[in-house]
Amino acid sequence: MIEFTLWDLLRNLLFAARWTLLLSAAAFIGGMIVGLAILFARISSRRGLRRVTYLYIEIFQGTPLLLLLFLIFFGLPQFGLRIEPWTAAALGLTIYASAYLAEIWRGGVESLPEGQWDAGASLGLTRWQELRLVILPQAFCITLGPTVGFLVQLIKATALASILGFEELVRTADALNNATFQPFRVYGLVALLYFAMCFPLTRCAKWLETRQARA
Amino acid sequence: MANGLDFGWLETGFRALLEGAGMTLWLTVCSTLLGLLISVLGAAARRGRIGWLRAAVGLYVESIRNTPFIVQLFFIYFGLPSVGMNLDPILAAVIAMTLNVGAYATEIVAAGLAAVGAGQREAAQALGLRPRIVFVKVVLPQALAVIFPALASQVVITMLDSAVVSQISVRELTMRANLIQSETFRPFETFLVAAALYLGLSVLLRRVLNFCARRYLGPGLS
Repeated sequence: MIEFTLWDLLRNLLFAARWTLLLSAAAFIGGMIVGLAILFARISSRRGLRRVTYLYIEIFQGTPLLLLLFLIFFGLPQFGLRIEPWTAAALGLTIYASAYLAEIWRGGVESLPEGQWDAGASLGLTRWQELRLVILPQAFCITLGPTVGFLVQLIKATALASILGFEELVRTADALNNATFQPFRVYGLVALLYFAMCFPLTRCAKWLETRQARA
Repeated sequence: MANGLDFGWLETGFRALLEGAGMTLWLTVCSTLLGLLISVLGAAARRGRIGWLRAAVGLYVESIRNTPFIVQLFFIYFGLPSVGMNLDPILAAVIAMTLNVGAYATEIVAAGLAAVGAGQREAAQALGLRPRIVFVKVVLPQALAVIFPALASQVVITMLDSAVVSQISVRELTMRANLIQSETFRPFETFLVAAALYLGLSVLLRRVLNFCARRYLGPGLS
């Protein structure tokens, strides 16, 4: 058994936290890009597109993220696609985030009064211009709180990447636990680190929401 | 390895998957009922007048909401035995899930209680009802009716999150799928069927909850 001081544990975990943050950032950015595309299709004037994206959101909000990750990481190699844990995790979390973000933003779009669209149309804007100049800026502003709130969910969801063998916080904690046999301490520290990452964001989301409610 | 999808294993494996789905459902129902109990008490305490109790509930809610479920699960299952509390996997899973539902639902129920106007409580007190009856019979039912949609989606999320308890070898749906794919070497098909079962469970749960809401809760504040 190797002797680990508290500082050794913390140092190793802090290094691993970089990967948690990086994976969260990648999934959040990817999720915003894909989510925006889903949002456009979800509120488009074509019925078929609306239907398909409705199903997309229902499916990814109605199945566990863990199974999505398993399907990508263990399922795709069956068709000859070799995939690294990092790629599988980033891909799975991006899909997961896109479904939730599209739905959050759609709530914002639908909460706007019909008059906003009419006003845009009466100025002679095309549908695309209306979306870009009138609707989306307001919808994003309204849903800023829930979007930040979802980022917290996403950071916590990256913990599942450990199951695919991606060396982030939880995976490193598993290894440290195996070396030190101090699960109470190791997982306690990990929980504290996640708390330190998530709590400020939770507070920020709450502040944004109350500000929005007052406006 | 052959190309194309092969669902031949379903003949022998489907039963195991269904049993796993039953376990998933059982875990969800248990932790939802226990968690709701915690959340009503927690929400009442959070809006109550006892300062230290308010702070304790706040600490509980925030520490659960800001850490991943899998870390809580590992802390309970691997961490607690080192301080002398040995738990079997199913019990550890139920405890972790219950603590989760309890924390999220406390927030929801507290918001619901805040939405019921003070006039309701005052009117009930004016009728001479005792404080406990006022809470249980007047304020709480109205609050539940308001927050029902939020609670229902929390139950579905809990069911989906329960896939993680496969990591401490609870034989629920994901664990069963994992066992099957390690025998058949058909991970894609196996996880696909498991995902479809989860999707079916979430649709089913939502239907049942909506039915119960219409039957027992009434229209809420309108």
